[in-house]
Amino acid sequence: MSGSFTTTTARNIFYGGTLFFLLVFLALTFQNEQIIPQRDQREMLSNPQIAAGKKLWETNNCVGCHTLLGEGAYFAPELGNVVVRMGSKEAVKAFIQSRPAEGVPGRRSMPQFGFSDQDLDNIAAFLDYVSKINAAKWPPNVQG
Amino acid sequence: MQYKSQAVAKPYFIGALALFVAQILFGLVMGLQYVVGDFLFPHIPFNVARMVHTNALIVWLLMGFMGAAYYLVPEESETELFSPKLAIALFWIFLVAAGLTVVGYLTVPYATLAKMTGNDLLPTMGREFLEQPLLTKMGIVVVALAFLFNITMTVLKGRKTAINTVLLLGLWGLAVMFLFSFYNPDNVVKDKFYWWWVVHLWVEGVWELILGAILAFVLIKITGVDREVIEKWLYVIITLTLVTGIIGTGHHYYWIGTPEYWQVWGGIFSALEPIPFFALTLFAFNMVNRRRREHPNKAATLWALGTGVMSFLGAGVWGFLHTLAPVNYYTHGTQITAAHGHMAFYGAYVMVVLTIISYAMPLLRGRAANSNKAQVAEMWSFWLMTISITFITLFLTAAGILQVWLQRVSDNPMPFMVAQDQVALFYWMREWTGVVFLVGLVVYLWSFFVKGEEKAA
Ligand code: HEC
Ligand code: HEM
Ligand code: HEM
Ligand SMILES: [Fe+2]
Repeated sequence: MSGSFTTTTARNIFYGGTLFFLLVFLALTFQNEQIIPQRDQREMLSNPQIAAGKKLWETNNCVGCHTLLGEGAYFAPELGNVVVRMGSKEAVKAFIQSRPAEGVPGRRSMPQFGFSDQDLDNIAAFLDYVSKINAAKWPPNVQG
Repeated sequence: MQYKSQAVAKPYFIGALALFVAQILFGLVMGLQYVVGDFLFPHIPFNVARMVHTNALIVWLLMGFMGAAYYLVPEESETELFSPKLAIALFWIFLVAAGLTVVGYLTVPYATLAKMTGNDLLPTMGREFLEQPLLTKMGIVVVALAFLFNITMTVLKGRKTAINTVLLLGLWGLAVMFLFSFYNPDNVVKDKFYWWWVVHLWVEGVWELILGAILAFVLIKITGVDREVIEKWLYVIITLTLVTGIIGTGHHYYWIGTPEYWQVWGGIFSALEPIPFFALTLFAFNMVNRRRREHPNKAATLWALGTGVMSFLGAGVWGFLHTLAPVNYYTHGTQITAAHGHMAFYGAYVMVVLTIISYAMPLLRGRAANSNKAQVAEMWSFWLMTISITFITLFLTAAGILQVWLQRVSDNPMPFMVAQDQVALFYWMREWTGVVFLVGLVVYLWSFFVKGEEKAA
């Protein structure tokens, strides 16, 4: 790297190249925003239970053990499709409610969060909403 | 050390290393919980240990970057730091905020912590890596802005070099991208989309500018190669980084409800992301081979070369392994991801911070380099930690391949928990290797106290 290729040239290519590809990325992002309304089930958000459920999801740090659409921690099952896997919202609620406070001896354990019935409804509504997002056929099968 | 005010870097380096120890201890706790499921339950559930592990990592790397900036900006700018007092004050604010946050994680249930710290006003918590309470997040922004002010003013009053320009760009980028952590819509697809603007555009974007600048600085110092040559390399590397890495964000947009065109855009651009890491490796080896002086600090040279190699393996090779959509369809969110995360973070960011510490600490302590005996200890720790993270990565990769097979590919896919039992052997091996990593870290810290004949600075 010598001759006519000077540091100034390199610097200019850096600024020009970065700016160009940044603009392309922003264009793709704009396009993305146009398309996702067909995939993200935003109509469902008019049900206030989902936002409440998302907040419970966050304030109890479920993502610290579980993945949701493949993102999060790898210690416990994927939950993006858990309503499908367990068959119903009721089954999901029953599972969460039945966690023993002291854990299951020797087994990876999930905390007992002490949710009210309404909290459970909200969480289940949230997980149901996520399971309906069009995630390009992911996960490969129901086991997540 | 040429400027008195460079001394403010020292507490940052010491604070960073203290948090590094905390990170590894909690890593070992989690590693054990992987196989002895109820270990410490319900006192320290897995998710709490994980927050401490990952947040301590991020915060100590940020402290390392700040220390690096305080050390190298005055020397590059050929002027004293704008305000050393501000730098010291910010260190204590940052350390206390980080400490309080960890205490919060460990002593109160997370939901209670959220209530206590105003999460209801603006919910931002409970997302991976961004678990910090609102108050902590705002603290980070304030500290970052005051830090950037201090550093920018220093550069403005002094000499502007490619190294301090690139470092500043990276640090400003880091702060700006962090602002997306305050955006948390109810729409999960949008939430995830912009979450990656913090996480991906950090590690595969602006942080690489910081990495390149720090490495370039150390290489100039230890090899004596012309600045002109090194700065040209630096610009070429960061061009490749951002040209591939910005659109490369698309490799996280395959399965989260975003349109399928990202599988093409994300796949192509992220498949090119290993190139800047490869260039980094070539850069480090080339400069050391063309060195014009024999710097007495051999350990720093080893760390610099190690950063090149390990970042290429962890980010470049292990990243490429699962970045194409047809592969990622099966590996997404498995132990393959964890394997890559470990080697990439270690190889790129842990190692570059240890490189600048290795180079700068002896000078901050008034000598050109540590004694031979101390350097030998430090080099032992280099190999212990580097080899053990390599094996941790290999064991997790093995666990990941089996997991993918058992749970996602085979004719009778197993439930998650059943598949996890099948691969427990690899988790045990990971945990024992983690103990070796801890030994390496202890040797590293011990090397700071090894005496022997030292050359004056
Ligand atoms: C400390 C880790 C941890 C946290 C935090 C956690 N979980 Fe779990 N969760 C687990 C483990 C481990 C299992 C598997 C339990 C078993 O099979 O015995 C599980 C299983 C589940 C299941 C059943 C999945 C299946 O396919 O069998 C659901 C539903 C669930 N968790 C929901 C939640 C929700 C909602 C939250 C947040 C409010 C949460 N979890 C927080 C560890 C955790
Ligand atoms: C002593 C050895 C270590 C052990 C036993 C260990 C263990 C773990 C475990 C069990 C997890 C959680 C995986 C999950 O989500 O299920 C984790 C996550 C993580 N660790 Fe470590 N760790 C160690 C060292 C390190 C080091 C040195 C680094 C940094 C370089 C690191 C960086 C990370 C990161 C970035 C994550 C998040 C990964 C992801 O989400 O993919 N760890 N670690
Ligand atoms: C130093 C640079 C890098 C670091 C520190 C890093 C770190 C990480 C971490 C921690 C994750 C897990 C995120 C999560 O928890 O969801 C991740 C995911 C990922 N990384 Fe990297 N990475 C780097 C570079 C790269 C490169 C260069 C590539 C591609 C060539 C790449 C490809 C991927 C992919 C495809 C995923 C998603 C995995 C999944 O689907 O689960 N990474 N990275
Ligand atoms: Fe990425």
